Amino acid sequence: MLHVKDLTASIGGTPILKGLDLDIGEGEVHAIMGPNGSGKSTFAHTLAGRDGYEVGGTVTLDGVDLLEMTPEQRAAAGVFIGFQYPVEIPGVNNMYFLRTALNSVRRARGETEIGARDFLAVAYEAMDLVEMKRDFLNRSVNAGFSGGEKKRNEILQMAVMQPRLAVLDETDSGLDIDALRVVASGVNALRGPDRSMIVITHYQRLLEYIKPDFVHVLVDGRIVESGDHTLALRLEDEGYADFVNHGLDDVPGRPLSGAPR
Amino acid sequence: MSETLRTIEELTEAGYEYGFSTDLDTDIAPPGLTEDTVRLISGKKNEPAWLLEWRLKAFEAWKTMAEPDWAKLEIAPIDYQALSYWAAPKKKPVLDSMDDVDPEIRDMFDKLGIPLHEQKMMSNVAIDAIVDSVSVTTTFKATLAESGVIFCSFSEAVQDHPELVREHLGSVVPFRDNYFAALNSAVFSDGSFCYIPAGVRCPMELSTYFRINSQNTGQFERTLIIADDDSHVSYLEGCTAPQRDENQLHAAVVELVAKDRAEIKYSTVQNWYPGDENGVGGIYNFVTKRGRAHTDAKISWTQVETGSAITWKYPSVILQGDRSVGEFYSVALTSKRQQADTGSKMVHIGKDTTSSIISKGISAGRGQNTYRGLVKIMRSAENARNYTQCDSLLLGSDCGAHTIPYIEVKNPTARVEHEASTSTVGEDQLYYCRQRGMSEEDAMSMIVNGFCRQVFDELPMEFAVEAQRLLSVSLEGSVG
Repeated sequence: MLHVKDLTASIGGTPILKGLDLDIGEGEVHAIMGPNGSGKSTFAHTLAGRDGYEVGGTVTLDGVDLLEMTPEQRAAAGVFIGFQYPVEIPGVNNMYFLRTALNSVRRARGETEIGARDFLAVAYEAMDLVEMKRDFLNRSVNAGFSGGEKKRNEILQMAVMQPRLAVLDETDSGLDIDALRVVASGVNALRGPDRSMIVITHYQRLLEYIKPDFVHVLVDGRIVESGDHTLALRLEDEGYADFVNHGLDDVPGRPLSGAPR
Repeated sequence: MSETLRTIEELTEAGYEYGFSTDLDTDIAPPGLTEDTVRLISGKKNEPAWLLEWRLKAFEAWKTMAEPDWAKLEIAPIDYQALSYWAAPKKKPVLDSMDDVDPEIRDMFDKLGIPLHEQKMMSNVAIDAIVDSVSVTTTFKATLAESGVIFCSFSEAVQDHPELVREHLGSVVPFRDNYFAALNSAVFSDGSFCYIPAGVRCPMELSTYFRINSQNTGQFERTLIIADDDSHVSYLEGCTAPQRDENQLHAAVVELVAKDRAEIKYSTVQNWYPGDENGVGGIYNFVTKRGRAHTDAKISWTQVETGSAITWKYPSVILQGDRSVGEFYSVALTSKRQQADTGSKMVHIGKDTTSSIISKGISAGRGQNTYRGLVKIMRSAENARNYTQCDSLLLGSDCGAHTIPYIEVKNPTARVEHEASTSTVGEDQLYYCRQRGMSEEDAMSMIVNGFCRQVFDELPMEFAVEAQRLLSVSLEGSVG
């Protein structure tokens, strides 16, 4: 459902993604691991259409060219980013934000908007998934939230938006083990045949809770190794040093690997 | 320049939707300001001798005064002799029935979204409509009279309730107070008057709608609100003006008197024509607003200021009685080339007096926004408390925000807190909202409204909706 081919991205002339290839099928969960600065977050933002990057290559979602679209159009097409650092929006009620978001994509898809009462039912169901108290809805978006609350709020938004493709950017960072478990069980509950996921993480820890179908190693803007979940375990033992030291540039002839199909 | 910044510029360059002018047959005095002008105005209104005398004293005082130059405002010189000091729609309506209002005036207010036909009006809001400083009609007068509330034009009050006017006129803002207050006292043409008798809770919102229509005329209204012991009133004020290339001077005075245990809530949505993006045209708004709170009384100012080329305005409360309360909630938006120097003064005289100031400044385009406030705790004010919070939001890189708080404390038991913050609408906030499917315009409007939330929560319902809409319109434009 998602095809990424020879994706490049640079900021102010500095290349960050240097030809990334990735194919994701229906309902698959792919983990992307890599050292700091390898381009993991940039990949997420490039999929979302953040301003400020010069982007090349092709990305299609359900056969539609994503790179030509604005961020809001991509959201309507079903792209959702679970942010590493969710921003605070003081004075904007969390429920109002959520409903505006949902109705924005519904409008863009030509669907009818959802009323306040019906929305509440949707929101409550989603909140149970991430064990959130009801008063969460009446607080300002992320304002004064703890690190764990912010991440749970991201998963809540994902549950409400029901995306085609969810990209979770370092969702595990800054979470204690209890929060991690709550977030992971929320994500697992949202897995399904109609929803694919990209789980970006630095550590293997999250993957104990969210079992990926495939694991990719991103180094210096390219995917240098792909495998099943055992690859993550190997990385845990050996670290990234092997990949960093013997990256693509240094080892000619090493195959460019996409996801095994 | 990034994509986002460019969009912010487009967003803040929206047109002014109240810029039309209405062709009214208007009675205008020749330009110039002399003692004769003051006599002419007073004569036109058949004023009693004491009022003419008061005006003349104010005029003498004004001649000895100089324009204030301490505000952070760049103002082209104003030629006070080039202005006309009297303009009134010629057909003076009979005030008994709405049907007698000049149809052209009625159409003008319809166009502004303020229907003056009572059956069509917002329920529970009585309106005094003022065009070019002259009251053209006041609605719901009879209903109000049943509970003893007097709500009428200032001129009518001078004729019908001279003792109330004489007792309170200038009692809160003396004519020597400042240059513009002196000018207003000499030449004010009309305004609203309101008296709430002791123990009465005003049964509806009172509202004055100000419309400047004529060209090259100065606008000088005067509002006086007296809330007698144990009474309560909520008062709303709205302002618009046509789009013209000349700057127009508006120098109003508002005096509030809250007697023992009374409460006055005064809300303003000011949307005078702000001028264009090159700074051509727009209203010069020099306003003196002040209230005196007696024992256990409360005065609350809420303002949403999106208009005017220049805003010079410091709604204040003199906390005279023990345990009196003063509040100031403000949203001031400057875009294009607008300049605002606005804030509040809280003067604590009585014991256990409390005041709070919540100011939200938004700067966009080449707008300059200054908060200037004074918190003064007098020696007599035991256990006085003040809390001040000033937040500034910058949209784009060509605008400015400034915070200038003055604090004078003469009693050591006082507790005064001041918090200030400056932030920008981050590209990351906009990106976050857009990733969730919102358009950039919707996102901007949501973020800015969130920033103003504390103040909007203080506005009466109808006005809160209007204020949000106004803010969105002021920031709206074509997103490319």
